[in-house]
This record gives sequence, structure tokens and C-alpha cells, in this order.
Amino acid sequence: MGKEDKFDAIIVGAGPAGTACAYTLAKAGKSVLLIERGTTAGSKNVTGGRLYTYALDVVKPGLWQEAQLERRVTHEELMLIDGDRAISIDYHDPSFSRPGERPQSFTVLRASFDEWFAAKAEEAGAILACGIRVDGLVEENGRIVGVLAGEDDMYADTVIAADGVNSFIAQKAGLVKDVTPRDLGVGVKEIIELPSAVIEERFHLNPGEGSARMMLGCSRGIHGGGFLYTNKESVSLGVVLRPDQVAAGGRSVHDIFQDLKTHPALAPLLAGGETVEYGAHLVREAGYRGVPEKLYRDGLLVIGEAAGFLINTGYSIRGIDLAIVSGVAAARACLSSGDPGPAYRAELDALKLLESMRAVDGFTNLMQIERLYATYPSVAAQTMCELYSVDGSVPKTPKRAIRGVLQQQKLSLWQLAKDGIRGWRSL
Amino acid sequence: MSIQALAATELVALDHYNPNEQEAHIVLDKAICRKCQEKPCLVVCPAVLYTLDKNGDINFDYVGCLECGTCRVMCKDKGIIKWEYPLGGFGVNFRFG
Repeated sequence: MGKEDKFDAIIVGAGPAGTACAYTLAKAGKSVLLIERGTTAGSKNVTGGRLYTYALDVVKPGLWQEAQLERRVTHEELMLIDGDRAISIDYHDPSFSRPGERPQSFTVLRASFDEWFAAKAEEAGAILACGIRVDGLVEENGRIVGVLAGEDDMYADTVIAADGVNSFIAQKAGLVKDVTPRDLGVGVKEIIELPSAVIEERFHLNPGEGSARMMLGCSRGIHGGGFLYTNKESVSLGVVLRPDQVAAGGRSVHDIFQDLKTHPALAPLLAGGETVEYGAHLVREAGYRGVPEKLYRDGLLVIGEAAGFLINTGYSIRGIDLAIVSGVAAARACLSSGDPGPAYRAELDALKLLESMRAVDGFTNLMQIERLYATYPSVAAQTMCELYSVDGSVPKTPKRAIRGVLQQQKLSLWQLAKDGIRGWRSL
Repeated sequence: MSIQALAATELVALDHYNPNEQEAHIVLDKAICRKCQEKPCLVVCPAVLYTLDKNGDINFDYVGCLECGTCRVMCKDKGIIKWEYPLGGFGVNFRFG
């Protein structure tokens, strides 16, 4: 393709970030080429996962009503696992989904969501080109002017890298360094089919409502944890683990995950279910401090997870919403009269994306407390065991019981206090 | 029936692929792998596509790859001498994601 057929924007990757950007630009009448390496948008993507709907309202108010989504999340659950024991906390809040209002979040499956979203961008006038892998960038006089795909070169005023966690395009542009194991989690998950009514009964859900569960203590002490999301007619069960610690521990990602899947606390929830897909994906774990200093250079903007936009607080994970918001910010920057690079940064600020990430940056410190992943779930479970065990003998006083538990874990009050202070400070 | 643990081969068999028979998207230099002490690939690949054979060599089949990139990140400057996404349209096709 010659330079005379130049697009206003070429977007690499039709995930939520790229598509939100393409949609917004196309709606404003810009010529947009949205390139996707999968045969359909979403066919290469895996999420936990859930989508916070405010982000779709940033794209277009009310858009969530048309979106391919699974269940409205009204149950936020946390589970601590120790051996075959488990403690569950279920926070149910009807205000997360009131009739006639936009529910706060939905569980989501990416193949259907991304495909729906990309079709919306096409409808708005973007050209969606699937089955094309972008291999490199075209640079002229220090400016990015286009992309290379095999023998083809394509040109645009602005190239937008929305190519996800491995972010090869942003790396090729020299904007980001390669991802390192300590800042990553490897996520694996199974889609386990169950009838809708069975899911609602087992998870105590009203029709159409869903639950999101995070699990700690199921990672063999490795930085990470499990997740369980209820979809319409399936559940998404998985674990996320820091790969360097997996390598050091010696038990495979697959085995750790299968151990969780067959845990007695999950068995009654999953009984009779049939696994229909196995997926894996890397996820950025560094939060705000993982965002590269420069998110643009002349002719190129980086959005979505390629830019490190991900929040993990331990009790909830946000990625898709930040991706969408960053896509809209990039589009608005391209539509502004000024230089798109600085304008992109300003739009991100206006949409409070980096500010939101900075506000919860402390959780990254909190989650570096290694005892969070085995010792503390174990302490909690053993304390429960002491409190609830009755065999007719004289019970220990709670103080003695807890001291005994700490001794068993070889945990001094001093260490506990230190982690407590560290935890408090990081918040 | 209660849910069963599944072997990685069984799990991967559930997925849909369009393998590129012409070109492997991940290539190893097995001589380098032989000297690698840690061999993180054996445990970090979610699909368990890296295995050891009787001679202590790494066996690897790129068909079945879930394209996560974990092996690439863990095997920096070692036996994986090429790691690319499969050519457009090839590789895994997630139906749920």
C-alpha cells in the first residue's frame, strides 16, 4: 500500500483498548485501520475475568446495554485456603446491580465480548483486518509513519500500539523495556460448563447475577492466587502465579492449578461440570510503577496492557476497564488540534487513569509480603480450627489458642507486627 | 460426577488450533538447552509442552502453544532462539477466552 492511501490511524490489536480507540476515532469520521492477528477479535485473548461497566460509558453512554457480557456481579468473595481447609467471605451488595441502573461490573468472556466490540467499531466505520500479524514499524526521520506486516507496509498519521502484555510493538519503538518475570503473573484457566440454574443455586445468585471470587493460599506459597468467576452457563476457574517463583518451586503451573480445581471446598461447586477450554495468558503485576515513563513518541501511542495499565489489589483486578479508558484517551488525543503525544498524556490525566493507578500503588508493596501466600491463610485456618473444634475437653483461651497457632507457624509476634506495619504503610 | 484433574495433554486437546505446518513460531537451540541448569520451561509452560527425553534433551512441540509468552520471559538469552506470535490466522483460537 502506498503512502497516498494513508490512514488517520492504524491500531495494532483489536482487544478492548485498540477497539475503544478505533470506535471513538471512526465515530468522529477518521479513517481507521484496526489490525488483529487472530482470525476474529478476541480469539487470542484470555481474561479472568470481569469488566467494570463505567468504562463502556466513557466510550458511549448506555453502550453496556448492547455488550456481550455474562453476569452482573453482586457477590464479591474472598477465600483463604490451607491444605484441605478453607475460609470464605461473601460480600453481597444489591447496590452493585439495581434495577434500571448500570450494574457496576459484569463477568465476561473475551471471545464474545471482543468480537462484539470490534463489530461496533466496524459499524462506526473502522476497517477491521483480522488474521494479520504486525511484524514491525516504519520509521522516517525519527517518526513512526506506518507498520509492516509480511511484505506489506501500511501508513498512518498515528500508529497506536494496543498489542497487549508482551507489547512487542512498543518495545520495537524503544518505549518500553521487555517485561521481566518478577513483574508478571502467568494466568491459566479452565472454562467449566454448568447449567445456568445450577450456577445460581450453588453460588446463591438471583437470575442473571454473578459472583467474583479471589483465592489466597492455593499457590504453594508463590506470589499469586486463584480466581473463580461465574458466567452465564460456565465458570472461569484459574490461578495466576509469578513465573520465576514457579521455576524455583519446581511444581508446574499445571499441577498447582489442578490441585486447586480438585480442592474439597470447590468440589461441590464444580461437580458435574465439563471443561470446554483451557487458556493461558500473562498479566502485568507491577501496577503504577510498571507504567513506562514515556507512553508515546513521534507518531506512536501505547495503550492498554502494552502500557502496563493494570490494577491488582489482591481483592479485585482491573485491566479491561483501564484498557478501554486508555483507548478513548488516545483517540481524543488524535482528535485534538495539538501534538497527539502530550495530548494523550493530558487525556489520561483528564480521565483519571494514572491517578487511579497511583492511588492503589501501595497494594503492590502489600503483595510483596511473602507470608500472604501461605503462612497467613494457614494462621487464619488454624485459628478457625481452634475456635470451632469441640471435643468435650476444656477449651484453650482464645489468647493461648492464637499463640499456639503462631508458634506452630514459627511466626513471632514481632514478625507479625512488622508485616502489620508494612501492610498498613503500603496502604 | 465430581470434577477430575486433567492432564495437560487432555486440556490442550479441548482447544481449537490452526497450526502453521510450514513454520514453527518458537525455535530452540537444544545444545544450549542441554547446558541449562534451571530448565524453567519444564514447569512454567501452562500447556507442559516442554518435556525431557531419556537422553536429557528438551522435547518441544509448538502445536498446542497457548501463546502466553511465559517461556520466552523465563528463557531470556538461552535456548529459545526465536519466539514470535504465530503468523496471522495461525495458532490457538479461543472460543471462550
